Amino acid sequence: MRIAMTYTRIRPEERFLLDEFARQGIDITPVDIRQQVFNPADSSSWDSYDAVFDRSMSLTNSITSLSILEGFGLRCINSLKAVELCSDKLFTSIALSRAGIATPEVRVATTYQSGLDAIDEIGYPAVLKPIVGSWGRLVSRVNDRHAAEAILEHRETLGSVQQKVMYVQEFIDKPDRDLRVFVVGGEPIAAIARSSEHWVTNTARGATAEGVELTDELCDISRQAAQVTGADVVAVDLLECPRRGLLVNEMNHSMEFRNSMDVTGVNIASVVVEHIAEIAQNQGRHDSMNHSQGVVVV
Amino acid sequence: MKRSTKEFNMSQTATIQAVCPECAGEVQFDRPPLNGEVVRCSQCVSELEVISREPIVLELAPEVEEDWGE
Repeated sequence: MRIAMTYTRIRPEERFLLDEFARQGIDITPVDIRQQVFNPADSSSWDSYDAVFDRSMSLTNSITSLSILEGFGLRCINSLKAVELCSDKLFTSIALSRAGIATPEVRVATTYQSGLDAIDEIGYPAVLKPIVGSWGRLVSRVNDRHAAEAILEHRETLGSVQQKVMYVQEFIDKPDRDLRVFVVGGEPIAAIARSSEHWVTNTARGATAEGVELTDELCDISRQAAQVTGADVVAVDLLECPRRGLLVNEMNHSMEFRNSMDVTGVNIASVVVEHIAEIAQNQGRHDSMNHSQGVVVV
Repeated sequence: MKRSTKEFNMSQTATIQAVCPECAGEVQFDRPPLNGEVVRCSQCVSELEVISREPIVLELAPEVEEDWGE
């Protein structure tokens, strides 16, 4: 069994994972996507792999490489579909709503004026987010109409094309923390609370993590959310709404967990690697039941 | 892009070292780094990326881009 791990940067997570592959005696090849020249019509340099584990930090590189590699018939973890769904907040909202999973109220608009209308409709304070982005970047709390006008004008004038999509979320007056559940192979394996005095409770923004109990309620909603995305490995971010209980806020397809293993006592890297190996063994390219004819339309 | 120009020192027993391209300070590794690995210079706190392993060459890590994340 041979697995490729594609990446764009070796974060502590990629180190943990590579160490764990080595410890478990699994043949793993780290592949820097930035160094690759892909020929979508020629899979030969990838034919020896049973599966590909995508750990790219760049979403563009993930989607580019996964499109081609799934086209070669390779089992990719996570799948292109799952990555596209998790990485786009609008796609995530649509999928969660369709599945009836509790999530914050959202409005979407594409112009300055309709953006203002959307924020008015959600009510103040509101949260304005880019539809693609991570680590709490460019997430704005909009306290009043004046702030809304200023932020939307800046986005219209200075933002990228993508930022012309106004994704407006209701502000959840949560405790000074949010919750994250790590789900591997459809099963929750660990949970943390991320706490901060700042309303953005992201560890990339200085929030601190502590382990929390995986309650039945946490497990149920996280399991459902993971199932909706089809992701093999995913982190589910949840907010504790005083009125409506747990709400699924975001999904993370290339989850970071450097601050979570010590505080939960769960070797997340080990569980992930075991699951990746199981997929490669049972659903990989060299499994006779799968992908023997090569090209799969994606 | 600034790159360190001095070659690394990687004897069997000694700590693995490279040169910070920003401050010329010594950057130490407790084991051989991988391409793409990010380290912080303990002297000038610059974020550095390993762009070559043999010899170890460091360059200032790129700024966070819009589509980066988890």
